[in-house]
Amino acid sequence: MTTYLLRRVTISIPTLILISAIVFGILALAPGDPLAQFAANPDVPAEVRENVRRQFGLDQPMHIRYVKWVGSMLQGDWGYSFASRVNVLTLIAQRLSTTILVIGTAYAIAILIAIPLGVITAVRQYSMIDQIVTTLSFVGFSLPTFFTGLILIIIFSVNLNWLPFVYDGNTKDLWVQIKQMIMPVAVLALFQAASLARFVRASMLDNLGQDYARTARAKGLRESIVVVRHVLRNALFPVVTLIALQLPNVFTGAVVTEQIFRVPGMGALLIKSIQDGDTPVVMGIVLLSSVLVVVMTLIADVLYGVLDPRVRYA
Amino acid sequence: MARVVATYPTASAPGSDSILDLPERTLWGDAWRRFRAHNLARFGLVLYLLIAVTVVAGPFVWTIPVGQIDFTRSNAGVTWDHPMGTDDLGRDTFARVLLGGRVSVAVGIAAMLISISIGVFVGASAGFFGGKVDLVLSRVIEVFLSIPQLPLLLVVTYLFRPIFVNALGPEIGVFVMIVSVIGGLNWMATSRLVRAGFLSLREREFIEACRCLGVGPGRIILRHMLPNTLSPVIVSATLAVGSAMIAEATLSFLGLGFPPDFPTWGRLLNDAQNYITLNPLMAIFPGMCIFLAVLCVNFVGDGLRDALDTRRAA
Repeated sequence: MTTYLLRRVTISIPTLILISAIVFGILALAPGDPLAQFAANPDVPAEVRENVRRQFGLDQPMHIRYVKWVGSMLQGDWGYSFASRVNVLTLIAQRLSTTILVIGTAYAIAILIAIPLGVITAVRQYSMIDQIVTTLSFVGFSLPTFFTGLILIIIFSVNLNWLPFVYDGNTKDLWVQIKQMIMPVAVLALFQAASLARFVRASMLDNLGQDYARTARAKGLRESIVVVRHVLRNALFPVVTLIALQLPNVFTGAVVTEQIFRVPGMGALLIKSIQDGDTPVVMGIVLLSSVLVVVMTLIADVLYGVLDPRVRYA
Repeated sequence: MARVVATYPTASAPGSDSILDLPERTLWGDAWRRFRAHNLARFGLVLYLLIAVTVVAGPFVWTIPVGQIDFTRSNAGVTWDHPMGTDDLGRDTFARVLLGGRVSVAVGIAAMLISISIGVFVGASAGFFGGKVDLVLSRVIEVFLSIPQLPLLLVVTYLFRPIFVNALGPEIGVFVMIVSVIGGLNWMATSRLVRAGFLSLREREFIEACRCLGVGPGRIILRHMLPNTLSPVIVSATLAVGSAMIAEATLSFLGLGFPPDFPTWGRLLNDAQNYITLNPLMAIFPGMCIFLAVLCVNFVGDGLRDALDTRRAA
């Protein structure tokens, strides 16, 4: 186990290095000068601009800039936002709570809906309920979140006037908080639940036909026990992996949903930073989410082994 | 896709007593029969072709110019003159949806061709050569899977837009950029499928026989291995069209896709967002189009997956 863990961690390191190089490379190779706003300002003389350039180290060759960048990232210095002069990590931390609250709730609800639906549709394969749920889940993940969001706004904010469609990040009122979370959470949960339910169904179907399920039935166990205790437990391994791989989204936010409902989370921060050309913040968010994916993949792999004793660590 | 297998001759047909006179049953023919038996897939294929023909031929028949402004008719409802209403400037939504559909469908297909080409090339190389090549390519696939798609898509389209626009003009340039970025970030799943297929085919007797006969690697890959991994490629190609259409719509919806005066389904939704209280129809029609097109593609993909699954005898 320990050797496997060590080896698995060692494999992740080159991946992380490559990812950081790609993220750095894209932003460094992109046309456009990070000091463009200085260049546009006639009050800033050319020599001052050159001084700023040297001060930021922008006159140095790219590989040196990369090494320095990685070095300071590792020390926790993620730089300052060009737009707001705030430390990038502070900026990210400010947005994190909103994103975790909204996106996290949506994912939790999606999981709670998807697992029972997946189990029922698999157990009653080709029945009426299976056909309805399967068709609906197709509809669910073919509906782009920006369209469902707009539809919900039209129905519940414009016509019925029940729910606010602009999220207020500073509210202290619990009821207001719940009301403003309903629509963004519903949009995301619908989409996630739809794809997850299909996945649970497929995984259940794989396991329902297996010998151990027949053995359990042959022992005289009730069907409900066979399904829940035996089949579901086995069918959930790949599901747990999938959920673990999607967890990074809880931290990095859902760009589209946050944009529609004006939720001041990480996704909205990313869009705003991209539009402002705020390179340090963009790099910070993209890198953070990539690292989270790598770490989560690692955890999922290890978890898989813990849950499923058949997986051997070679 | 395949030849339609004729129905079996009736007893009155001459010579029908001999089994040799029965029409030949091909694997493609069997797949086509299974596909036709899949109701949702048949519905999806018909509706998708209908949408494609409408958006390609529509602008020739429905000749109201997309840019024709008429303030006396702004935000008008559904009428015979304007079957989908008009927007805030009194432009005909139907004409804009038709033209936007051309772009969306074209982006979907072009991006699919790019992602499938890269995916097949990388997967085939990794699976056929194995060893060090496989190790390196697998790591590349893993890196691309770890970087979150949407943020990277947004960053790249934002940063590299000027290069493409300067080189190819604002419309073709943006089209080429969007198609290549979406295609270039969506090939990993195909690669993994092709790689897995090639790894198992490599050990089979008929490939060994090819090697013994002195068949070159290029010919083995193209003539013997690729046709045997075609099923998953066809399925992922279909699904790639849907995800590319959603990706384009998302970019345009966030204002990072096509320029404002250029109608695409996502762009129309973006425009509609500001008039959602005044004129909800502006959002509903383009949104329904995206949803229906993507839903059809997903149904067809699902039907193909069932039809091409040779393990499942029909």
